Amino acid sequence: MAFFRRTPAVKRRPDGDFDLTLDADRRDVLVSLLRQLDELLDTEPDHPNLKRLRPPAYLDDDEADAAYQLLAGEELRESRKQSIDAVMASLGRDQLSEGDLWAWVQALNGVRLVVGTRLDISEDERGPMFRRVRDPEDRPLWAVYDFTTELQHDVVEALSGSVS
Amino acid sequence: MAPSTPILSPTEIARPDEDLGLDTDQPWIVLVWNDPINTMEYVTLVFQKLFGYSKEKAEKLMLDVHNLGRAVVSSGAREKAEIDVFRLHEHGLWATMQHDE
Repeated sequence: MAFFRRTPAVKRRPDGDFDLTLDADRRDVLVSLLRQLDELLDTEPDHPNLKRLRPPAYLDDDEADAAYQLLAGEELRESRKQSIDAVMASLGRDQLSEGDLWAWVQALNGVRLVVGTRLDISEDERGPMFRRVRDPEDRPLWAVYDFTTELQHDVVEALSGSVS
Repeated sequence: MAPSTPILSPTEIARPDEDLGLDTDQPWIVLVWNDPINTMEYVTLVFQKLFGYSKEKAEKLMLDVHNLGRAVVSSGAREKAEIDVFRLHEHGLWATMQHDE
């Protein structure tokens, strides 16, 4: 039943590139989200909402972890900013390369990790029985979370053909 | 008769190396931990991309992470393990490394 079938936002073309079908409103939302994340990475890289972007590498060795954070922290931040830049640069187009899409999947994941942290998403919510009653105050954030989850799903689907 | 100057035994000489963590015989393992935000399909894709694993192997590892809470996704020398952890962090996964026990 076509009524229930959503058209994927990203679809592989025969030439190896990908078609992007995303309306202007959604593109604007994406620009706004990525700008906010980019700004937060610049101004408050240690903000608690960014904690999942910098997880510990060593659980039982504080000294080794401090050394890792010192070395890798800035590189991780740079890498994330580069993926945001790449999405911003390609967001106006209707045709994306595979390289573009890898940046998309990384940037979208960054947004989801930050929004998910703000919503305090926990393990319990995985199963359909545990769906939390969504606080009306958080409705805009949940909308962002659902939108980026759906878009990331489409990008992951499209890229799955490239790695197998 | 005790020697007038102390003689270092081989074990004492070897000890500083251990303290510096230069013991390369012991391999390191890279673990990925379950988290509530990264989707199953995304985690599978990242394993395929970063490690070149087949879809079957990547899916099995992803399911181990999902069902058992964690899985060993790679192993090797400390430097290699640290690079793997970094690349997993770049992709937003919860990865840590430790000595293989």
